[in-house]
Order: sequence, then structure tokens, then C-alpha cells
Amino acid sequence: MIEMLRVSKAFGGQSVLNDLDLVIPGGKITAVIGPSGEGKSVLLRHIIGLMKPDAGRVIIDGEDITHMGRRDLNRVREKFGMLFQNVALFDSMTVFENVAFPLEEKTRLTRSEIRDRVHEALEHVGLKDVDRKYPDQLSGGMKKRVGLARALLLNPRIILFDEPTTGLDPIIGNAMHRLIKDTHARFGFTAVIVTHEVPAIFDVCDYVAMLYQGRIQIRGTPDEIRDSHDPVVRQFVTGDLEGPLRFV
Amino acid sequence: MQTIIARIGGMALAVVREMGRMLLFLLYAFYMIVRSPGKPIHILKQLHFIGAKSFFVIFLTAAFTGMVLGLQGYYTLTKFGSEGMLGSVVALSLIRELGPVLSALMVTGRAGSAITAEIGIMRITEQIDALETMALEPFKYLMSPKILGALIALPLLCAIFDVVGIFGGYLVGVKLMGVNPGAYLHEMEKSVEWKDIYSGLVKSVSFGLIIAWVCCYKGYYTSRGAEGVSRATTAAVVMSSVTILVWDYFLTSILL
Ligand SMILES: Nc1ncnc2c1ncn2[C@@H]1O[C@H](COP(=O)(O)OP(=O)(O)OP(=O)(O)O)[C@@H](O)[C@H]1O
Ligand SMILES: [Mg+2]
Repeated sequence: MIEMLRVSKAFGGQSVLNDLDLVIPGGKITAVIGPSGEGKSVLLRHIIGLMKPDAGRVIIDGEDITHMGRRDLNRVREKFGMLFQNVALFDSMTVFENVAFPLEEKTRLTRSEIRDRVHEALEHVGLKDVDRKYPDQLSGGMKKRVGLARALLLNPRIILFDEPTTGLDPIIGNAMHRLIKDTHARFGFTAVIVTHEVPAIFDVCDYVAMLYQGRIQIRGTPDEIRDSHDPVVRQFVTGDLEGPLRFV
Repeated sequence: MQTIIARIGGMALAVVREMGRMLLFLLYAFYMIVRSPGKPIHILKQLHFIGAKSFFVIFLTAAFTGMVLGLQGYYTLTKFGSEGMLGSVVALSLIRELGPVLSALMVTGRAGSAITAEIGIMRITEQIDALETMALEPFKYLMSPKILGALIALPLLCAIFDVVGIFGGYLVGVKLMGVNPGAYLHEMEKSVEWKDIYSGLVKSVSFGLIIAWVCCYKGYYTSRGAEGVSRATTAAVVMSSVTILVWDYFLTSILL
């Protein structure tokens, strides 16, 4: 379970998270939606301790990571896998080395075991014969899938996905969602998916939280979100141009 | 008036904060080196990059430095009629001063800038964050190998610099200017003491640390895109070169 209690974060004078409360239940898939630039990526960075809140606390499975030292934080991070918005593959390593890296560093598997695990993980995300390619030789969608393979590899208990399907064609996008759902059904990790795929994500997730003006505007099951009468939520879900949300 | 004072104060505070951050960075790097120095292969790779790949530029710089020392030394010494001392002049200047300093400056330009750019790009493309989220300590994979590599490479490069430079001086002094070869080598052997070699060694090791420290630090705290990387790289080269020269003065005055 991930708890964010009264978390505030500002950059310079710009307040991004503002007294935000959010509980993300363990073993479920929670989607975080919200307008661009509202702080969804910032929220994920707080959950994994890459950013520290100005005020408030972040609690992972009962452990307060807000003021944790590096060593303890690394222990907690062992539970995590993360797919970054821009994937953040190691660009001087091949695809194979990228995926193998965490295995080499954290497990005592032999070379051939690692090779098998990496190939299995890559095939799992629908990639073949890309071992020797470098990240800059891949398409955006392929990169996302390599990132996904890397995030899933060590069977983490909590996985954070920052826009896993943005920039993918609809079919691969759907396949990504399927993949996340199937893998989740198999391993039962806690998933947080930041996404703009509304309403497609509603078929994938157990809960939805909408970030708006630094707070959670609404949190509930996909059906509750669909039936919400909150004008902000309604407008965002339907993508209407008329409403309280303004894009200048 | 008040705003000016406030601004000066603000700048002073910023400098102190930066110095504190740099010191903490170094201490943490040492702590990580002691705790988990990383795989030898990573260190070897850095040794190759910082050391082996600098060989050519060091060779060239050393050869011409030695040659010019031969010329200048000869010109000056003939004024006192003591051109037989040429060997000791060339060797002492190289071993005590020019070898460590010039090799360090060349490595800063060649490898230091590359270190900053590499780490800086990893920072702005979130690769360092990715390491952290995997609970892999960036210091262990990025900083420790580079620091250890520089600590080992610099004294070796400096030694090469000294030897090549001394031969350069020999070439010009003996073959071109006609100094007695026996005198060149004998004077050198007579005047160079262990203390001189030792001080050159201490210098080059500490310069290696300065290069790796400053360049890693500047890369690690890079921000704002391509321009940020270019700014960090420039700052790293300037700061590391200046620090080397200043530190050189202090070390010389202590070790003299
Ligand atoms: N390191 C930072 N320094 C300063 N401001 C930042 C930083 N990171 C994010 N911000 C600001 O915080 C706000 C939220 O950014 P964030 O990347 O979380 O948006 P987002 O909700 O993920 O948007 P998108 O859906 O487009 O990815 C933005 O206004 C951004 O300018
Ligand atoms: Mg984002």
C-alpha cells in the first residue's frame, strides 16, 4: 500500500502538489489521470523517493520514506520497478545489456540463465532480434517495451508506469494494456499507471485517481468516475472543450 | 545599497553552499569506494578511457615540452657557461612541475570534459534516476570507477610524460645543440632525488582526484538540457584546471 499524506511540493514559486492525500491499495491497479502538466510525473517521483515533499509524508507499506537515508531508501526501492515517461534506457548499452543490467548487478544468476531470462522478458513484450541494437536505433514504441521488460524483470512488488502507451499505435497500445493486466493477474503487484488513455484505461485498472490543481479531485472505481457529476471530471473524461478546464 | 549588499551576501552564501555540496559529494564518493568499490571491469574500462586513450596526447605534449625546455634551457645556461647542467634543468622541471601539471591539464581537457558530458547527459535523460529507482547506487557505477581510474591513471601518465620529456630535451640539447650526452645524463642522475620524484607523484595523484571529483560533480548536478550539459562541461574544465594550478602552488610550498 502506498500512502501520500498531505503532500505539498512547489518548484520556485509554482505549487505543483498542494496538500495532496492519496491512498493506493496494494495488489491493485490504480490509474492516475489528469491534465498535462498537473504533476502526475512529479507524484510518481515522490512515491519512489526521487523527489522529497516540501511538506507531508509518503509511506510505502507502512514505512515512512520521507526522511529516509539512502541505505534504507534503497532497501525500500528493491520493491519497485519503474517505467519512466521518456523510458530512460541506458543509451550506451545495447537492449540486451539494458535488460540484463539489473540481473547482473542484483542476482547471482549465471550468464546463460541471465540470457534466458532477458530473452523471455523481451519476448513477453513482443520484441525479438533486438539484442544488439542500441536504444537510439529503436522506435519510440520499441523503447517503451524494452523499458517495460526492464521494469517487470525482477518481479517487483510495486510498479510505476509513467504513460506506458503514449506515442504507441492503438494496437500496440492495447497490447501494452493487456500485457500489464495479464502480468498483474499473474504476479499481483501494486501498479500505478499514469496515463492519458481515457477511457481505455478504465478496462484495465481497478481504481482511478484524478489529479487536478495539486490535489486528488476524485478517486474511485472506473464506474464511479464515469458516473461522476463533478464538472471537472466529466469534462476531462469526455474531452469536452467547454467546461471548467481551460486550455489557453 | 541594501540590495547590493544583499546580493553580495547571497552570492557568498551560494559559493559556500556549493563548496559544502562538493565536499559532501567527495566524502560520499569515498564512503562508497570503501563500502563497495564496484567490479574491477568497470575500473579497468575507466583506466582505459582516462589513461590508455590519453597516451597519444600525453606523448605529443611531453615530447614538445621536453624539446622546448631543451632549447630554452640551453639558451639560458650558455649565458652562464654551464650548458652541461641541461640534463638536470630539464629533468627537474619536468619531474617536479611540468610533468604532473601538464599531464593533468591535458587529461582534464581530454577525459575530464568527457566525464562531465557523459554523466550530465545521463542526468538530464533520467538515466541516473533510473539507476536510483533500481536501488543501484549511481556513485558505485559512475563515480567510483572514474575516481579510481583517474587516481591510477594520472601518476602513470605523469611518469610517461617525464620520460618522454627528458628524451625530448636530450634530442634537442644533445643532438641539435651539441651538449655532451654523458654530461646530460650524468647531471640529471646526480641532481634528481627521491624527494623530487615523490613530490611529482603526490602531485599527480592529487590532480587525478581533483579531475575526477570536479568533473563527476559538475556532471552529476547538470540541469536544463543540452545547454546545461555544455555549461557543465565548460565549468568543469575551467574549475578543474584552475584548481589544479592553485593546488599545485600549495602543494609545492608544502613539499619543497
Ligand atoms: N524538476 C523540476 N523543476 C521545476 N519544475 C518542475 C520540475 N519537474 C516538474 N516541474 C513542473 O511541475 C509541473 C508538473 O510536471 P509533471 O511533469 O509532473 O507534469 P505531468 O502531469 O506529468 O504532465 P504530462 O502529462 O505532460 O507528462 C510542471 O508545471 C513542471 O513545469
Ligand atoms: Mg508526466
